[in-house]
Amino acid sequence: MLETYIPIGIMIFFGVTFGVVMSKASEWFGPKNPTETKLSTYESGMEPVRSAHERVSVKYYMVAMLFIIFDIEVVFLYPWAVNFRQLGTFGLVEMVIFIAILMLGYLYLWKKGALRWD
Amino acid sequence: MSGIPLNYFVFLSAILFTIGVVGVLTRRNAIIVFMCIELMLNSVNLSLVAFSAFHGNTRGQILVFFVMAVAAAEAAVGLAIIIALFRNKQTVNIDEINIMKW
Amino acid sequence: MDFLGSELLAIAPVLSVTILSLLVLVVESLVTDSEKISYWVSVFGLLICGAISISTLDLTGNVFNHMVNVGGYGSLFATLFTTAALLTVVLSRDYLRKEHVSFGEFYLLILFSTVGMMLMAAAADLIIIFLGLELMSICLYVLAGFMRKRSISNEAALKYFLLGAFATGFLLFGIALLYGAAGTTNISYIVENYGKLAASPLFWVGLGLLMVGFAFKVGGVPFHMWIPDVYQGSPTTVSGFMATGAKAAAFSAFILVFAHQEFESGEKVHTALAFIAAASMIVGNIVAISQSNVKRMLAYSSIAHAGYMLAGLAAGNQLGRTGILFYLVTYTFMNIGAFGVLSVLEREEEKNLTFDDYAGLGTKRPFLAALMSIFMLSLAGIPPFAGFFGKYYVFVAAINAHLTWLVIVGVLTSVISVYYYLRLVMMMYFQESELQFTQPSSVSSLAVLTIAALAVVEIGVFPSSILSLINNLY
Repeated sequence: MLETYIPIGIMIFFGVTFGVVMSKASEWFGPKNPTETKLSTYESGMEPVRSAHERVSVKYYMVAMLFIIFDIEVVFLYPWAVNFRQLGTFGLVEMVIFIAILMLGYLYLWKKGALRWD
Repeated sequence: MSGIPLNYFVFLSAILFTIGVVGVLTRRNAIIVFMCIELMLNSVNLSLVAFSAFHGNTRGQILVFFVMAVAAAEAAVGLAIIIALFRNKQTVNIDEINIMKW
Repeated sequence: MDFLGSELLAIAPVLSVTILSLLVLVVESLVTDSEKISYWVSVFGLLICGAISISTLDLTGNVFNHMVNVGGYGSLFATLFTTAALLTVVLSRDYLRKEHVSFGEFYLLILFSTVGMMLMAAAADLIIIFLGLELMSICLYVLAGFMRKRSISNEAALKYFLLGAFATGFLLFGIALLYGAAGTTNISYIVENYGKLAASPLFWVGLGLLMVGFAFKVGGVPFHMWIPDVYQGSPTTVSGFMATGAKAAAFSAFILVFAHQEFESGEKVHTALAFIAAASMIVGNIVAISQSNVKRMLAYSSIAHAGYMLAGLAAGNQLGRTGILFYLVTYTFMNIGAFGVLSVLEREEEKNLTFDDYAGLGTKRPFLAALMSIFMLSLAGIPPFAGFFGKYYVFVAAINAHLTWLVIVGVLTSVISVYYYLRLVMMMYFQESELQFTQPSSVSSLAVLTIAALAVVEIGVFPSSILSLINNLY
């Protein structure tokens, strides 16, 4: 059964070879005369003013945390949507209760100002 | 599932789980430790889905949904705890978090 | 829709606490200066929920497609959890004010974790155990770090979170492998087909991982390393709640999966449990001796008590199960009481927590000292207090199961434990110090502590009142 993997192996081989050959080829054959402007982060853009390794404002974490939670809850809507017809009214009521509980959480964080940016 | 035997899935998930466990035990950055824990949970998800297909019932897949939701809640709480800690101690290195010892 | 109505009625205990939590959530969202309202809503709500739990004690059966058990066992635990939550909520109010973290969210998190505990005890399926455990744990992670400006609380939260999530991974992998072996996550199916499944290595690995997960949550050695740090760093009343409610919840699930007649032939399971029990008793009691911080001493003592209860589980017989339930009920009152006294006497910045600080308490605060003595004597297992009968039933069960060596270890370590419990009592009554205990203590805290002490004495004098209740379950 391993022979079914041969095409995939060939694909991987050619993919890797192509990538390596192309990048190395430009490195070997291309002319090199580096100047200070060329070595800067954005050659024809803005001057970088600060270090890239900087602490991100904690507000982004806040948004990220809230996003993770509310985003993942959608996963429960999928099985319901797939079986929507069989479940009928019963399923609808269940889902409304589920969303309502989620909305209470949303109300809480809204009122507590978790969504306010400044 | 045709072609690939169940064993392969179980082995893969066991290997991923072990990588996660080793990561938790050896890494020192709280966030990376937490990512290793997530890897453990996801390896469990993999084996659950494989077993679910093997047994031909959906119970395992249902559990996967719950695991994903719980992992998300855990991630949010974990990030919040790590931020609170960082504000007080300016570090996320778990070797430096050592006020309490026996 | 008809069947849904009756099913909802059947899980009334869990449902009522859920609705109560959501109510407090709405109060928190809409009312400014909500702490006071949240507190009173929680207190009265929990009283009602407790009454509902008691009223469902006689029901039997399971609902929601064999997912949740009704009545009996689950309701007994539901009553225990609501009681623990109620005592914790009342004790916490003064404590939170003292520590300047007086937020209504505290009560909300206590309520949500109570819902998780109740689900665990009522579970008929491994999925429900997992969900209940996580609902409980995630709330407790936040509660451990509730004093967010304090490094020690942050540290406790991080340690609890990382190690708790780690243990959850093991538990979950165990569930996955059991599902792989059995093709279902239904507990009673797995137990009934034990003989057939025992041939499969998947089953044993799964059961072993599940045992690791549960042993971690109850704090059995060698999975106890988080307990001292977390209990010491968390707000004191939360430590009390973790040591009682969370531990009882973990035990309720542990019993559901592991304590069955079918497993009695399964020597391996019980031997493993017996070794964890013995290690917990030895490590918990011996390390507790060397502690100078009373909170940390109580943390190690809670490891030791987990060991005693695990001895009942290792016995694997009827008396063992009864013994653990009885032990959990008594342990809840005495430990919430002990942590409660600590929380009343504690001052900001973790002051007044060492043994030396308790010197002379007997003359300065005679009432609190008397309460603390009752809790300490009960924890030490000295009759006529409730702690004695808990240990007695568990040890008798272990002897019946031919685990005599375990009982010898248990009795010897109990004797060791008397030393450090009595050391605190001696400190309070036979030592003098200039330290002042000027902290005012509110009437409600003292009332709750008195109730806990009365319960300890009452159960100790009339153990049959609780025993008959437990025996009705089986």
